[in-house]
Amino acid sequence: MDLKTLCEMNGASGDEREVRKALLEAAKPLCSHVKIDRMGNVIAYKKGKGNGKRHVLFSAHMDEIGFIIINATEDGLLQFKPIGGVDPRVAVSKYVVVGEKKVKGVIGALAIHLQSADDRKRVLGYDNLFIDIGAKDKDEALRECPPGSFVYYDNDYQEFGMGSVVAKALDDRIGCYNLLRILEGEYEADITCAFVVQEEVGLRGATGAAFASDADTVIVLEGTTAGDMGDVDPVRRVCEPGLGVCVSFMDNASIANRELYKELMDLAQEKGIAHQVKRGATGGNDAGAYQRGKEGKRTCVLSVPCRYIHGPSSVVKLSDIEAQYELAKAYAEQA
Amino acid sequence: MLFDTLKTMLAAFGPTGQEGKVAEEVKALLQDKVDGMKMDVMGNLIVEKKGRENGKTIMFSAHMDHIGLVVTDIEETGYLRVTNVGGISLEMTKTRHVVFGNGVEGVVVCQPTKGETAGLQHLFVDIGAEDKADALSKVNLGDVCVYAPDCFRLGEHRVASPAMDDRCACALLAELLMQIENPVNTVVGVFSTQEEVGLRGANTAAYQVAPDLGVALDVTAWGDTPETKLPAVKLGAGAAIKFMDRSHIATPVVRDGLIAAAEKANVPYQREVLPFGGTDGAAIQHSRGGVPAGTLSIPCRYVHSACEVIDMRDMESALAILKEFVNAKF
Repeated sequence: MDLKTLCEMNGASGDEREVRKALLEAAKPLCSHVKIDRMGNVIAYKKGKGNGKRHVLFSAHMDEIGFIIINATEDGLLQFKPIGGVDPRVAVSKYVVVGEKKVKGVIGALAIHLQSADDRKRVLGYDNLFIDIGAKDKDEALRECPPGSFVYYDNDYQEFGMGSVVAKALDDRIGCYNLLRILEGEYEADITCAFVVQEEVGLRGATGAAFASDADTVIVLEGTTAGDMGDVDPVRRVCEPGLGVCVSFMDNASIANRELYKELMDLAQEKGIAHQVKRGATGGNDAGAYQRGKEGKRTCVLSVPCRYIHGPSSVVKLSDIEAQYELAKAYAEQA
Repeated sequence: MLFDTLKTMLAAFGPTGQEGKVAEEVKALLQDKVDGMKMDVMGNLIVEKKGRENGKTIMFSAHMDHIGLVVTDIEETGYLRVTNVGGISLEMTKTRHVVFGNGVEGVVVCQPTKGETAGLQHLFVDIGAEDKADALSKVNLGDVCVYAPDCFRLGEHRVASPAMDDRCACALLAELLMQIENPVNTVVGVFSTQEEVGLRGANTAAYQVAPDLGVALDVTAWGDTPETKLPAVKLGAGAAIKFMDRSHIATPVVRDGLIAAAEKANVPYQREVLPFGGTDGAAIQHSRGGVPAGTLSIPCRYVHSACEVIDMRDMESALAILKEFVNAKF
């Protein structure tokens, strides 16, 4: 399945149905056994040709950030809250689609003409932002988009410039895309590819997947924050698109297993795969949940550097996506 | 004996995530004195001393890890940029002597902040490198430094050291395992990892051990210096039996068991209610289907600084309490 199709599907945390169905269908012909667990994770298992001594789990999350409708004003504007970490400064004036009927809308705010000098200095929060779907009043708005309707940025996937991609949901459909490609290979080791839910709201899907798996090693494929812009000091940039897959020694949710970290760094070096060390320890991802599942697992995270992450128009380099795939695949092949 | 063990524990390099050298020291001390030892995937060292028939299994956890600073980037000029591993405070870190696992030494400095509120992003570590290439020949991204080891007596009973949290409890647990013979209950001593970033090691250790009861051994805060009135815990007044902190409320059977053990041993103890903080006790308590658990604390001044101070009388009190506790009927 191509990345464009994956990114253009909608699946915020808790609303992954469409993505799950597509991933299940895509994974089916590529593995020995695939199932949906009770959290809604898709767990694809591929028996290796070896003696079953090694079992490596690769994981990516299928959910994306989004919004959810909570109510409407008397004059028919929808009120909403974020799902996951969404910067409200980015939300203003964006096209959205709401709910199962995919109602078109736009996130509105007071026009500049009507703002006071103080208003212009203020950052609008979710209490001051509304979704306009053209409804005439509260009843009509809530009939079209009842509370609990999920909201998505309405953005296409586009390739541009010198091998760049702009899209929503790159975090972490890139990981899902590469997991499917990993499943296409043949390996000595047993492989599980876990497409998990609800990462953006606290590693919830992976917590279940971690408990259910007997893999000894887990490699998480993610997107991570690139800070290579504007006046950001070179030592605060974390990672940069175009320099290869980003290997993490630690973040807020886990400290990489030192041996595994070294194995991956050495493997990248040996195979000539473009890579960089994540120069920061911010953020957190499913590795935190996997590491602490049952008796514990070795974990490390391989990320694609992503500018403007958690926004409607995140940007990555195709070459970094390839590097993530190549390093993960190389690890699977030698395991 | 207890003091010698303490000194050994304090000298070992062991930041959060790289506790291997501390585990080696513990192994060397306990070799041939226990019924089993194993290291798990998280780096926890799990040591067992078998009890009698009908005894329960009690897991004790003392964390080996020590807060530190991890290298996130290196300036062209050879200075290291760092961020915290665990609860590092800016104030307590400024102009401190630090050391890396390979022996490279450095000084932590806070740069002028040009009006911004000072934060950890303003810190750099000076290792005396001429430039980036020189720095990279000594340390790499992801390497961690800690406050340089130190250990000195303060007055007759007290000891100051950077790694007191939680090596004093490692020493206590090692002594307990060495000193008890044929206990009523099976004692599983877990020298745990990654406590400072969220009780991560104890979490997976508790799953494996599946104990009937759990006790974390850790330091607690103090309320006996000028203008510091919380909690009602003093140095030298005995080990502190925790009632609650932010991570857990001690299960009554464990808390009361510790009190009964203190009374039976006839040693001083204190009741501790800590309005912040957390210990491995929470990780044990919340593991599997739930495990009765609590914490026995060593009062410690200036926790998470390079001069953490404890009182050896509290260590002796704690050891006496634990020796009774492992023989209690539950």
